[in-house]
Amino acid sequence: MRRALTVGVLLLAIAFPLAMQAIDQTYYVTMASRILVYALAATSLNLILGYGGMISFGHAAFVGAGAYTASIMIAEGMPSAWIGWPLAMAVPALLALAIGAISLRTRGVYFIMITLAFAQMIYYLTVSMKAYGGDEGLTLTQRATLGFGLDLKDDATFYYVVLAILVAALFLVSRLVNARFGRVVQAIRENESRMEAIGYPTLRYKLIAFVLAGALGGLAGALLANQNSYVNPGILHWTESGKLMIMVILGGVGHLYGGVFGAIGLLGLEEVLANHKFAWLAALYPDYQQHSLLGVGVAMLAVVLYAPQGIAGLFRRGKDG
Amino acid sequence: MAEALLRVDGLEKHFGGIVATDGVTLEVAPGEIHALIGPNGAGKTTLIAQLSGSLAPDAGRILFGGADITAMPQHGRVRAGLARSYQITSIFRRFSVRDNLSLAVQARSGSSLAFWRPVAAETALAEEAGRIAAQVGLGDRLDAAAGSLAHAEQRCLEVGLALATNARLLLLDEPMAGMGPDESQRMIGLIERLRATVSVLLVEHDMDAVFRLADRISVLVNGAIVATGTPAEIRADADVRRAYLGDEVPT
Amino acid sequence: MSLILILEQSLNGLQFGLMLFLLAAGLTLVFGIMDMINLAHGSLYMVGAFLAATLVQATGSFALGVLLAIPAAAAVGMLLEVSVLRTLYARDHLSQVLATFALILIINELVRMVWGTDMPLSAPEALAGPVQLLPGMPYPAYRLLIIGVGLAVALLLYFVVAKTRIGMLVRAGASNREMAMAMGVDIRKLFTLVFGFGAALCAIAGAMLGPILAVQVGMGENILILAFVVIVIGGIGSIRGALVGSVLVGMVDTVGRAFIPHLLREFISPAFAGAIGPALASILIYVVMAGVLFWRPQGLFPARG
Repeated sequence: MRRALTVGVLLLAIAFPLAMQAIDQTYYVTMASRILVYALAATSLNLILGYGGMISFGHAAFVGAGAYTASIMIAEGMPSAWIGWPLAMAVPALLALAIGAISLRTRGVYFIMITLAFAQMIYYLTVSMKAYGGDEGLTLTQRATLGFGLDLKDDATFYYVVLAILVAALFLVSRLVNARFGRVVQAIRENESRMEAIGYPTLRYKLIAFVLAGALGGLAGALLANQNSYVNPGILHWTESGKLMIMVILGGVGHLYGGVFGAIGLLGLEEVLANHKFAWLAALYPDYQQHSLLGVGVAMLAVVLYAPQGIAGLFRRGKDG
Repeated sequence: MAEALLRVDGLEKHFGGIVATDGVTLEVAPGEIHALIGPNGAGKTTLIAQLSGSLAPDAGRILFGGADITAMPQHGRVRAGLARSYQITSIFRRFSVRDNLSLAVQARSGSSLAFWRPVAAETALAEEAGRIAAQVGLGDRLDAAAGSLAHAEQRCLEVGLALATNARLLLLDEPMAGMGPDESQRMIGLIERLRATVSVLLVEHDMDAVFRLADRISVLVNGAIVATGTPAEIRADADVRRAYLGDEVPT
Repeated sequence: MSLILILEQSLNGLQFGLMLFLLAAGLTLVFGIMDMINLAHGSLYMVGAFLAATLVQATGSFALGVLLAIPAAAAVGMLLEVSVLRTLYARDHLSQVLATFALILIINELVRMVWGTDMPLSAPEALAGPVQLLPGMPYPAYRLLIIGVGLAVALLLYFVVAKTRIGMLVRAGASNREMAMAMGVDIRKLFTLVFGFGAALCAIAGAMLGPILAVQVGMGENILILAFVVIVIGGIGSIRGALVGSVLVGMVDTVGRAFIPHLLREFISPAFAGAIGPALASILIYVVMAGVLFWRPQGLFPARG
């Protein structure tokens, strides 16, 4: 039943660009690619935030580091995705290793704040990279090349590549959280001191999860840079980290599809509020579309206050109470 | 007497101006059940925390199996065979009893850096968990969420988690805390059966349990060991009676 | 690099640090007493600045406008506390971060709807020019006013927290909530009051910095992060820590930005120094924070025992 649902949704996702081409609405293919990229980023955060209970307030730094690495590779004349994207995972992974090694020793509020501070450092580093645009950002002359006759400039092809990567990542995460490692990470969230007391070096496991999340986030960043053909420090701003956290909460903390639901929910909401005119809202406040973030904020607040289990929680309600 | 399994030498711990552990020297022999008693605030739990490695002592040495483990982190001590249970129940409440115990088994059997194979497929872990569950009297509650167990059952799981590490020495911190008389009797039976396989350092307020189980007893008052001896010796020790035991001593 | 330049930059650092303190003081009290992370604190700073700009315009007097903006912002703060933030005290930090993050978006848009993207606010005419502090060292009079106001408020705050009954309750609350409750304090009212007080301090900072940094939507977001850095360095819940942390961060940031590029040029090639100097200067305070947390994980002046 569950598997049938998954396959069904996957088939719909595969058919989506064809359907949009048929009705001449290819804008939505680009939009959907963007949602899938954010779904990947949010999924990577969910790995540590949801499964691992680590409230990292600096995830945008890893996404941004990946985006910049991929962009710089293209700008330096090495557009192959087979080199650029692995590197866009390796660089954030190394950053995560260094940041995690220091910050995972702290607890609670201090952890939230120190991850935020490290992310700010990387943000300012990108601002000062004058060779790559500084705070103006860096415009890419081309998208990465993939070979095999796949042209990433084609929006449908790009969509399928992103979809394939997201599906692979979700499969990986689903294996991981049910394997020994995933169980250890979830048990650390549940009761870290007891994990130490039954013989686990908990810091090591948290650090590995942190690095994995950084690498996956970096890959999402590489895809984002390619999609926009542009990258600027704004992608690393702390409010971006906040948005990713919102996606995870909105979608479902520690739920496999939490990041996906959250990206669809948040970006979908932004899209609907900004680009579709509701007559009754316009009657209330004519310029409301220019203030779509107000609606997003209200929705977020409502989720946190009234539905802390997120969208996935709505599906799960019957199961565990 | 054989070489001591655990030897504590001049252990000291201060919190600000308060002396919590004041030069504790203590030996636990292999196969022994050694009880540690003392009034509330004597520093028993602080001592357990230092022995298990969650709290660093200010001075002194801890030798386990002849090796100096004073600076060894907690997880390393567990691997070496020294595990603790908690006075205040500390279990994985949202995990089933089986998963609680197999987590502890997993820690000592093979690497946990396995990212692909579902842990549910590892029957060896589940079987070992089931065996330990049966040992602590939870054989029929394997699928229950730990948080949903009755208090006494949670206390059994608490001990089971320490047991599942395959320790050579268990530091049991008030295993009978909050238990009724019948439940205490069962816990006493459980610890009695452990005697064959593992040594125990038992912190306990239940004097009945202490005098029935212990081979030797050490009395901790104000962070210092004031007496060590067989139950008979401790019972006869006038100082101990005055300082602590009072009328509680069964005769 | 002359002595005068160093003095001037130090005064700038002190001035920025004192304003940072006004933000950090409210934040650290809320953090310490209610164990609550309030990202929307920066929004109160923004609202305070917009209120001040409006009231200065309406009254035609800088002083009167700013003085009126303070109670107005306090009212906004208390309204926010009673309507939303109060329900968050019992929630975990993650929920608090997210809910107050949502509030930032909401308040940003509301301000945009009421005032637009920015508001003009300039220093009073009389203080527009420089004062001759030392021979050969002119310094903007308005910046001196900021320093004066900052010092006065810091002193007042010290007096309130250290000497008054309210301050004693606040300190008791910061170090031991149960004790404060046991003393029969109406905790709910105290919390609302502390919030209003924090908002008032925000308004002072927003109004005073407005003429220098521009009154615009989003102005609170970067300074909020600095305020958090301050309270983490100073120790959560500690006013003294907030003061030391603020001046430290203000100084390190301002002086670092002014001198690090020059300093680097002494050692490495000017081109390379020009490239990494600004980067190094802007991350300096985060390096300081990481260093402090590494050696003193509870900050410099931990309020809790």
